[in-house]
Amino acid sequence: MKKDKDTFQQTLVIKPCRRWIGLDFSEIWGYRELLLFLVLRDIKVRYKQTILGVTWAIIQPVMMMVVFSLFFGRFIKVYSSGVPYPLFTYAALLPWVTFTESISRSVNSLVQDANLVKKIYFPRLIMPLAGVLSPWVDFAFSFVVFLGLMLYFGIVPTIKIIFLPVFILLEVGLAFGVSLWLSALNVLYRDVRYAVPFILQFWFFSSPVVYASESLPSSWRLFYNLNPMVVVIDGFRWVLLAGNSPFPQGLFIALASILLILLAGLFYFRRMERLFADIV
Amino acid sequence: MAEIAIRVENLSKLYYLNYGLARNMLREVIVDVLKKPLKKVFQADKNDFRNKKELWALKDISFKINKGEVVGVIGRNGAGKSTLLKILARITPPTKGYARLYGRLSSILEIGTGFHGELTGRENVFFNGALLGMKRRELIKKLDEIVAFAELEKFIDTPLKHYSSGMAVRLAFSVAAHLEPEILLVDEVLSVGDSVFQQKCLGKMGDFAKGGRTVLFVTHQLNQVRRLCEKCIWLANGMIQRVGSVSEVVSAYEASFSSFFTEEDPTGRALAGASSAAVFFKWEAIGSGVENYNTLTEISPLTLRFWLKVDQPLKHCSTSVLLFTSDNQLVWGNAISKVSFEPGVYTLEYSLSSLPLRPSTYYLQVVLFDENGSVVDNWQCYPHLVVATKPMGHFRDEYAGILNIPCSFLIKTK
Repeated sequence: MKKDKDTFQQTLVIKPCRRWIGLDFSEIWGYRELLLFLVLRDIKVRYKQTILGVTWAIIQPVMMMVVFSLFFGRFIKVYSSGVPYPLFTYAALLPWVTFTESISRSVNSLVQDANLVKKIYFPRLIMPLAGVLSPWVDFAFSFVVFLGLMLYFGIVPTIKIIFLPVFILLEVGLAFGVSLWLSALNVLYRDVRYAVPFILQFWFFSSPVVYASESLPSSWRLFYNLNPMVVVIDGFRWVLLAGNSPFPQGLFIALASILLILLAGLFYFRRMERLFADIV
Repeated sequence: MAEIAIRVENLSKLYYLNYGLARNMLREVIVDVLKKPLKKVFQADKNDFRNKKELWALKDISFKINKGEVVGVIGRNGAGKSTLLKILARITPPTKGYARLYGRLSSILEIGTGFHGELTGRENVFFNGALLGMKRRELIKKLDEIVAFAELEKFIDTPLKHYSSGMAVRLAFSVAAHLEPEILLVDEVLSVGDSVFQQKCLGKMGDFAKGGRTVLFVTHQLNQVRRLCEKCIWLANGMIQRVGSVSEVVSAYEASFSSFFTEEDPTGRALAGASSAAVFFKWEAIGSGVENYNTLTEISPLTLRFWLKVDQPLKHCSTSVLLFTSDNQLVWGNAISKVSFEPGVYTLEYSLSSLPLRPSTYYLQVVLFDENGSVVDNWQCYPHLVVATKPMGHFRDEYAGILNIPCSFLIKTK
């Protein structure tokens, strides 16, 4: 008989926490169903008792696209790499809106579900992770709208679309890293949740959502690419539209900074984790 | 030798009383650095923590629990019961010491954790079950059973917010009752919900225990502890006051509790006696089933002996004894008339063939009247009488009444 692999099977040793704790990936894997349920709960609860329901998932990016196309595309005539402006900005709004949602949902995850943290054991990482992942369901809906837009503008996706998962993965990594930091900090200092909208606003303007990253002076580009969202957004445009490829060194810079943020975030989160139940 | 399921060694947990203000820590740190920039740099800031008020919620707790034992944890509020469970459930780490748990662990520190009003009963069962560590497959298999146990078949696809609070509690109970871990930690959860359903859950927990699982169970309801547990841990001020068999520990706990609400001091009473013609100053229970002169551990013949000190001669007195429950219900009484005393010390004894009372704390009252019927002495006896016999009640505890007598049952068709 195949032995049922079980997270709870082993002997459990409970000791005072040391400062440097390795991350137990197999344990997190064992709790994958809980992660799934957290994501599902988030989505179900979000659109319960609304008239428009899941339509809300696409209203935000579509309305932003309309406003940006009107002001930046039509009136100011921002350079859009030769792509119709609505498509140009919508291809960037896809990852951007998902990113902002990921951050804002995960930052509050631990505080919002404080009673879970106080009453039940599970790897706490799962809570911000669920917050990071649930907006990707909305993403799926807005992506369908994007395909419709492409059809309307008569642009056919190329084979490059197979690279899309790479940039999605980069974005998830970045959002998870940032949310590890912010959600853990938010347990200690509730100031964080007031700071998040500011941070996201600054981040919005330093990412090429309404403009093209080629519009920047070339001397700035290396520095500019320190923002990993630049590479993610450029990547989305490159994959979905016939845009220019992302700045090649940028990809490595982005990869390095995402890894740094993620690892440091994991380390910080694990360090603070033991205090959560007592101070949340 | 029995296999060990839980081993706890010197487990301690320290809380800083103002640690709850951790949110302000950043500000404090900034302000401190601005105030005395150099001091902070040279001083190890760990000393700051030492100055804060400390509270050892648990201190050097050690015990072992064998596989298949059902252990009750009792103690007053703030004794550290919940902290112990939280550490064992891995919600908060200990400050010192360690614990080892051998086997698949589940903990129910709260009923219906994670329940969400917008989700349907079914969705909540799945989410709550996943939180408690159940697998999806397991949940799908058991869903019908869980719903049937909660008696909510009709409402399972209704959002939880439309449930009455009793229905929600029933659903939560039901999920928890269908867990199948090897070690189960339960905190006070059985004290909520309507009593009929509560008994159903207690029954389920009893079955669970019979199945060879280990249970650690925190509660204030001593009758539940008596019924379900074999072993008991009494915590007081973060330390173990006593570990041992249920009857022993629970009655010791009850005895401590009774001395807690008494207003009489035995030694003080003997001394104050000089003002009155006669005074009761001591009582004791004697018999093969009596421990510590006030605790009945077996239903057997016993003698209640009251010590009376008489200073002036008394003629044609009468005396009575009364036995009350802790909520002042009269259980039994007796009175003797036309007795006379010369100065001296006497003992008055009432011998009973048995006192089959339901386990709890009772108090005795003895009164001495003079020939005119006015009170010479009236003593609410200290210490209280503790009945710690094995309960023979049935599954509906609230209807078990005040008597604890064996009863057999038979159905015949005629």
